[in-house]
Amino acid sequence: MPAVQETVDRVRRIDVDQYRYGFETLIDSEKAPKGLSEDIVKFISGKKNEPAWMLEWRLEAYRRWLTMREPTWARVDYPRIDYQDIYYYAAPKPKKSVSSLDEIDPEILKTYEKLGIPLREVAVLEGVEPKPSESDPPARKIAVDAVFDSVSVATTFKAELKKAGVIFMPISEAIREHPELVQKYLGSVVPTSDNFYATLNSAVFSDGSFVYVPPGVRCPMELSTYFRINERNTGQFERTLIIADKGSYVSYLEGCTAPQRDENQLHAAVVELVALDDAEIKYSTVQNWYPGNSEGVGGIYNFVTKRGDCRGANSKISWTQVETGSAITWKYPSCILRGDNSRGEFYSIAISNGFQQVDSGTKMIHLGRNTTSRIISKGIAAGKSQNTYRGLVTAHRKATGARNFTACDSLLIGDKCGAHTVPYIEAKNSSATFEHEATTSKISEDVLFYCVQRGLSQEEAVGLVVNGFVKDVLQQLPMEFAVEAQKLISISLEGSVG
Amino acid sequence: MNVAVAKTGSGRAVSDVFASAQGRLPGSAAIAEARRQAFETYERLGLPHRRIEEWKYTDLRALVGEVLPLAATPDAAALSRATEAVKAQAFAGARKLVLVDGVFAPELSDLAALGPEISLTTLREALDKDAGGDLLKTASTDAMISLNAALATDGVVLAIRDGAQLSVPVQIIHVATVSSASVVTRSQLRIGNGARVTIIESFAPAATAGAYQVIDALILSIGDDADVAHIRLMDDAPDAVNVTSAIVTIGARTKLNLFNMTTGAAVSRLQGFITLAGEGSTLAANGVNLLRKTEHGDTTLVVDHAVPGCTSRETFRAVVDDRGHSVFQGRIIVRPDAQKTDGKMMTRALLLSDEAEADNKPELEIFADDVSCGHGATAGALDDSLLFYLRARGLPEKEAQALLIQAFVGEAIEEIADDGLREHVIGLAERWLEARK
Repeated sequence: MPAVQETVDRVRRIDVDQYRYGFETLIDSEKAPKGLSEDIVKFISGKKNEPAWMLEWRLEAYRRWLTMREPTWARVDYPRIDYQDIYYYAAPKPKKSVSSLDEIDPEILKTYEKLGIPLREVAVLEGVEPKPSESDPPARKIAVDAVFDSVSVATTFKAELKKAGVIFMPISEAIREHPELVQKYLGSVVPTSDNFYATLNSAVFSDGSFVYVPPGVRCPMELSTYFRINERNTGQFERTLIIADKGSYVSYLEGCTAPQRDENQLHAAVVELVALDDAEIKYSTVQNWYPGNSEGVGGIYNFVTKRGDCRGANSKISWTQVETGSAITWKYPSCILRGDNSRGEFYSIAISNGFQQVDSGTKMIHLGRNTTSRIISKGIAAGKSQNTYRGLVTAHRKATGARNFTACDSLLIGDKCGAHTVPYIEAKNSSATFEHEATTSKISEDVLFYCVQRGLSQEEAVGLVVNGFVKDVLQQLPMEFAVEAQKLISISLEGSVG
Repeated sequence: MNVAVAKTGSGRAVSDVFASAQGRLPGSAAIAEARRQAFETYERLGLPHRRIEEWKYTDLRALVGEVLPLAATPDAAALSRATEAVKAQAFAGARKLVLVDGVFAPELSDLAALGPEISLTTLREALDKDAGGDLLKTASTDAMISLNAALATDGVVLAIRDGAQLSVPVQIIHVATVSSASVVTRSQLRIGNGARVTIIESFAPAATAGAYQVIDALILSIGDDADVAHIRLMDDAPDAVNVTSAIVTIGARTKLNLFNMTTGAAVSRLQGFITLAGEGSTLAANGVNLLRKTEHGDTTLVVDHAVPGCTSRETFRAVVDDRGHSVFQGRIIVRPDAQKTDGKMMTRALLLSDEAEADNKPELEIFADDVSCGHGATAGALDDSLLFYLRARGLPEKEAQALLIQAFVGEAIEEIADDGLREHVIGLAERWLEARK
């Protein structure tokens, strides 16, 4: 069944030309000279007042990067990137050292306001919070770390988090203030030699978020980072490191936007998650980098390495992503299920339109006993885009009792786009149980028949099934994000349930 | 990735194989030139290895290492050794065409029984007459298909007339009588419009043969409105290697049932490239891998829906015991204009031992929107509750397992339309299970 007209119209309405976050903020900024060399790496490290071990770590990564070649296996197509034609460091010019939000460049605050990011925690902090009425439940608190080009400009709710013992700060500060934690965990999930983009990131990352949740602590609020690329010709290379110590829990959200430009900008981030015994990390992303215009000009190249390590027994890592932006997405949030009984989850909605190219998926690597994983991926391709799900599920010989369930469904809208599914399923012991299903089609006839038989019209039946189906993935997002994501998607997933 | 590393020790060894074979390979100077080009294509890639995506799970460099010299032309002794194997493989009533060590053996074949609807020549004759130059050419850039073109010594070239209704199957039997040598044949089957035929292809060793390599290619083209079954039974020696490529083109409103069963060979791969080139055709491409010891069995199928309105079904079952390794790679491609395509693929692996491995890579590559495509893949052990049920009713464990395994592989076998042939295949699967006990 081809997509119904309503769906097609809705997709048109969110056509790429209507990117809402395409404005540019004019502020003074400080940039490192164009190009990449050991000097630039030293410059970035120096800007951050980094200790010697960190500089050494970066240089080692840089030297290795020189020997590596760009991967070409993904189903994406783009002109060669000139890595010497990029600014590796851009920061809003500081007026002086910033100690409170009021001292941040008001232009930047305005930018975040336009984006709808609540940087100002004033009301809550100063106790002027309006009394919650019965019909109006109190807003949930979210601590935000805002990253503007290469640096973190503000982190909110620091004090309250500190009370709980949670460390949430820009990674550049963590390197100085908590070197023992950073040294222990940085690069332990995504080693500096991991892949071309991760290695590049290791050499030049300028900022990002650092989270440490101490044993037994349930982080009192959602943590959030908002990434914004503003400068021209810059690359953004942020690095996120989240450690959930024994028995702790943290939920982390990430959002991204960039101005509308007719050049391609590189975003090569690395995210590392470490969950120790009985800990749980929930990582949600709404990725809405500028996707380029309807002719395929401009847009962000989003080459991201995200990996979680369920290092302890009974730990759990859950990735949820809503991917709507970027000219090219190359992203495989993965889980290494090392601890016995650990669990990995991946929920994804990837929408491509215009000339966007998405090659995204996950890896579930079962190493421990009785590890379980679940993959739910929904891809929608419209316009002239290409949307690929690429995933690996593997069970090591010793991963007895490993279980995986995978469902990836695709919907094509229009006949100029493509949807592809490339799963790798490797069972290396007999007690592993893997189930995988993928469809590119309409809603199951059986389900529709069942509904119609009970008196629903065909349209109502489709609506009912799709509603339930969308919830499946959106439910995984924290509430505030779910609303944003729903708005962002604003197209139904009709026809992709199977 | 970078395939520049292709020049390994084995890469050089194969050029010696090619050089020394050239004197006895059939064909004129033009054919020799086609072979040289094919060999160059092969040399650029070398023996496939895991860095080539299509060969990720079947690293021939690690598993096989080198291409062996061509087997000698069979003498009378070899032919008499082959006779027994032919007898054992022959499907009752089928018209046999026998290739021994890569050479057509008319004395073992049922030439008289072929009838007027089938015309047969051999690849050797065709090449010597200089008529079959395009027999060595394909659009493929696969290394093993190129190597086959460079080294093919013989094969059958069959044409089945338009409208032929053949009630008796044609069986092509490949027998190897050699040890430590390679057997390279290339066959072509042309099936006319409206024809109805069943082809069986069997691979088997003579009693004394071992450690040989089969590098085979089959080019199968089917016209419109035909009804064709191609059943391939691969039961090579336990230390042999068998890499077979099948290039299949299907016309309009045709029904094709492909089936493969692998019960032998240390390393085997069947790679099928099937193009649905005419509207309204139906394809079933099913297979069973029964693997034990350290056997490595790979089934790779690429189904290309090039035109609208075709249906394809793939049902694959692997049963892996001991340290066996089963690979299934299936790709369904739906071209931009191929609307109303219905493509389904189901691959299931049953692991009987803790050291068994099953890798599945079911791919969808879809460029049309009004389609219904899907795939499923599972891997796991036998269902304990089913075993318990059977054992509670008094069946010994092995028998209970055998019963469940039979049912498991039966789903892939049951689409063979010919009753006798289906029973024959089930019998072969049972024989494999018997040996397990």
